[in-house]
Amino acid sequence: MKAFTHAAALCLLAAASTAGAADANLGRNLAATCANCHGTNGKAVPGSGMSSLAGESKANLLQKLADFKSGDKPASIMHQIAKGYTEAQLTLIADYYAAQK
Amino acid sequence: MMLMKRRDFLKIGAAAGTMASLYGCAAGNKAGGHVVVVGGGYGGATVAKYLRMWSQGSVQVTLVERNPSFISCPISNLVIGGTKTMEDITVSYDNLQSKWGVRVIQDDVVALDAVKRSVKLAKGGSLSYDRIVLSPGVDFMFDQIPGLDNAAAQQKILHAWKAGPQTVALRQQLESMKDGGVFAIAIPKAPYRCPPGPYERACLVADYFKKNKPKSRVVILDANEDVQSKKGLFVKAWADLYKDQIEYRPNSEVKDVDVASNTAILEFDKFKADVLNVIPPHRAGNIASQSGLKLINNRWVDINWLSMESTGTPSVHVIGDAIFPAPTMPKSGHMANQHGKLAAAAIINLLAGEEPNPAPVVMNTCYSFVDAKNAIHVASIHQYDTATKLVQPVKGAGGVSAARNELEGKAALGWARNIWADMLA
Ligand code: HEC
Repeated sequence: MKAFTHAAALCLLAAASTAGAADANLGRNLAATCANCHGTNGKAVPGSGMSSLAGESKANLLQKLADFKSGDKPASIMHQIAKGYTEAQLTLIADYYAAQK
Repeated sequence: MMLMKRRDFLKIGAAAGTMASLYGCAAGNKAGGHVVVVGGGYGGATVAKYLRMWSQGSVQVTLVERNPSFISCPISNLVIGGTKTMEDITVSYDNLQSKWGVRVIQDDVVALDAVKRSVKLAKGGSLSYDRIVLSPGVDFMFDQIPGLDNAAAQQKILHAWKAGPQTVALRQQLESMKDGGVFAIAIPKAPYRCPPGPYERACLVADYFKKNKPKSRVVILDANEDVQSKKGLFVKAWADLYKDQIEYRPNSEVKDVDVASNTAILEFDKFKADVLNVIPPHRAGNIASQSGLKLINNRWVDINWLSMESTGTPSVHVIGDAIFPAPTMPKSGHMANQHGKLAAAAIINLLAGEEPNPAPVVMNTCYSFVDAKNAIHVASIHQYDTATKLVQPVKGAGGVSAARNELEGKAALGWARNIWADMLA
């Protein structure tokens, strides 16, 4: 019985904090839009010339993405891609990749 | 003792699971059920893998694909140009089965019963589903080009717009063509699969001619009034690299062909080629266009952008080239892969009784080679817009290459290796 109430309470808590808000897997879904080039979950095919993003620190990822946006980091395509996402979305993506091992 | 404890744990776990689903709790994983995926191309292979991966194996997936292995359309123009082989663009379905637990059936789906939620297979038998994803690509409207509307004609005047035996056959026609001959490629009116693809093919055939059959020429018969993708970059490549090889003719729709003389028949004109490559107009693959789903322009499936579900037929999701695209969205392998992920996320939510992600994003990149080494790209990012209920291109983002270059040639091949792995490894 105790377990029941406990699970329900946790659940209500989770529901309350996300009510009407983002999908619980938004970061995962957004990060998957990068996987075509950087590999599933950010693990690029070795030797393919594309960088892996998995396990890179959030701060590093966000800095590089900001530098692509501003043009400080030279790019063939990433300056155009980074501009397609909001800061909040890039933060979720960086969180997701930083957590991949 | 140990056994008791484990059993108690399971009981409590199951109870908590029930409670969680009553409260619609997002934590934990309670999506179950069986999803059938029809077609194992860029869209279908991706949705199959991602359904298994993101549901942590709790959603059962059966993929029905008619070919024994995946053959990529992107990069296949390099096979036609002679610098890559079929082996380079072929990937096995083995990992989908052994690593991801997708049941792969080599067969054709011949009928869909959306009320009974089952599909009939060509080799006999049927499959029932909780949700189905159709990723059938396109089928050609040969009736629009009467002379091509029979099997013998289609063996001679090739489209090579689905990678496979036709890719090999077109390469053979180019190899046997005498120097001084003409290769003509006919492009249908947009929308068609892979907007830059025909222009890339023209470049790669011209590159082959330049090096091996220098007196030969390429003529592009475009039904459209102008180059449909990366115009500036293609026009510059034709002027810089293929001034003596490539001739571009806009507003040149092929209405018919004379197969015996290899002649394309236009409205007011005729064009005889040594190798005639006609890409007929196309529509959503048969299973999607002939099953009573709501279509737009009688050709493409109308879908809901939050779930890729057919607007008229519940539990039937359609992805890839078969759908009516959102504004500026091309029919591409990259985009089909993104549709597959959008659909996988939505289906897992729906099977768990939750709403799909209200803010999906998809993005596209098409790389094209202008010779064996140099490539160019076009990219776009599309964010869901609640007012139009469409994924709209983000203004100021995306774009095309500054100039053709070898770095992007390497990136194009790197893209191919990563997207193939993203679908199939
Ligand atoms: C079409 C392929 C493609 C897609 C899709 C793509 N990238 Fe990239 N990425 C590249 C290429 C190519 C580079 C190298 C820089 C350049 O030429 O633009 C790169 C570089 C990067 C780098 C720098 C790596 C380093 O250590 O220098 C980061 C970070 C990055 N991408 C993040 C992302 C994120 C996040 C996404 C999704 C929002 C994404 N990329 C989507 C192709 C892609």
